[in-house]
Amino acid sequence: MKAIVSYLKSLFLLELIKGLRVTGGYLFDRKITVQYPDEKTPMSFRFRAHHALRRYANGEERCIACKLCEATCPAMAITIEAAPREDGTRRTTRYDIDFTKCIFCGFCEESCPVDSIVETSFFEYHGEQRGDLLMTKAKLLNMGDKMEAQIAADRAKDAPYR
Amino acid sequence: MVDTLIYLLIVIIKILIIMVPLMGAVAYLTLAERKVIGYMQIRIGPNRVGFYGWGQPLADAFKLMFKEIVIPQNSDYFLFFIAPMLCIAPALAAWAVIPFADGLVLSNINAGLLYILAMTSLGVYGIIIAGWASNSKYAFLGAMRSAAQIVAYEIAMGFALVGVLMAAGSLNLSEIVKAQNGSLIHWYWLPLFPLFLVYLISAVAETNRAPFDVAEGEAEIVAGFHVEYSGMLFAVFFLAEYANMILVAALASIMFLGGWLSPFQGTPLEATFAFVPGIFWFLAKTSFFLFWYLWIRATFPRYRYDQIMRLGWKVFIPITLVWIVLIGVAVLLKLPPWFV
Repeated sequence: MKAIVSYLKSLFLLELIKGLRVTGGYLFDRKITVQYPDEKTPMSFRFRAHHALRRYANGEERCIACKLCEATCPAMAITIEAAPREDGTRRTTRYDIDFTKCIFCGFCEESCPVDSIVETSFFEYHGEQRGDLLMTKAKLLNMGDKMEAQIAADRAKDAPYR
Repeated sequence: MVDTLIYLLIVIIKILIIMVPLMGAVAYLTLAERKVIGYMQIRIGPNRVGFYGWGQPLADAFKLMFKEIVIPQNSDYFLFFIAPMLCIAPALAAWAVIPFADGLVLSNINAGLLYILAMTSLGVYGIIIAGWASNSKYAFLGAMRSAAQIVAYEIAMGFALVGVLMAAGSLNLSEIVKAQNGSLIHWYWLPLFPLFLVYLISAVAETNRAPFDVAEGEAEIVAGFHVEYSGMLFAVFFLAEYANMILVAALASIMFLGGWLSPFQGTPLEATFAFVPGIFWFLAKTSFFLFWYLWIRATFPRYRYDQIMRLGWKVFIPITLVWIVLIGVAVLLKLPPWFV
């Protein structure tokens, strides 16, 4: 009996009609496409993308060349060289992040004792040559200057959870 | 002499009147396919080129025209070039006998149905030659699958058409439409319902469309028989596939849904819709089948190869044979309202 029922079911294409009904229903559903350059999805304040080096309010760079980020970086994308500045403080002379190696794990930001290196939510960058994705200290500081308002706002939102 | 030339010119103009809109329909069927499948997957499909994506087929065509035609080193040069033409020529030639409306047919030959069967069978040579001439194992596997599948489904489709010609008592496509005159229930989809379904499904298999597209089978054999083709040669295969789709949809509407006959015949609304030309109903019915084509492509996964063979040989052919016998009896008994 069961075999006959299943035979008749397949003969009259019942299961297939069920499938057609599902896709036919979706035809009239609201479409979920986000048309990217025109529309954007909401983004978390913890989004990790392009790095930046921050400054204090008086314009002094935060980084003290402790090299914790370099040590913790699992992809070994960070290269730091340090030397004393004229006023005797310890500063980086070189701070490179190779974006072709970076995995955007955020460990550098976690490890930083002075909140200097951060990952901003800016992900729409590109490089046209190999060197374009090798971030130098100047580029990272520039990025920090440009994005400071957003960086500070994102950190403030995250502060209650830390 | 002059008469002959004028006659030839008129025929060529008639051919162009069929071909040019057909090519346009093929181009926009590709857009419709992407749109419909997109909508069924809750996407919106192409909408960037031109006005809401209406320029997409043109953009695709220009892209393909400017691409290089790569010829594999060990391919058979002559056959490699001739295969796409062998594919598209029958797909276009078959349109000669399609009646678009009463009397609106390029050549109203008596053996129209036979001609259609012959032409659609020829298309498989293009596929086999393409697979063989490419000298590539994937292309060859695709061609073999395609050949076996088309042979299997040709029989079921042929039997379905035998049912139609028994019911209509004619091989002429215009006569077949006229034999369905009456009303919606006079159309052959009702008395020949199993043959109608078998025809629809074998038509999908004949044109190598999803879910019977093992000849392409992206997952297993890359792109099947046209894996080595690029640029315009690939575009010609593409055109042939879509022209064939429209062809079998048109045939389905002629043989089972009464071609150019109005669906309001025999109802109180008949006079209200009398002003609508027959070609409109024909195109509407064809579009209905084309939409159904896209719908099943958006719905069903690809058949396994042995399942395709089982369905063709062990399900469709017995069903059609049984129904042909029943139709024979019905025709003998002059069963109303269809066979009077």
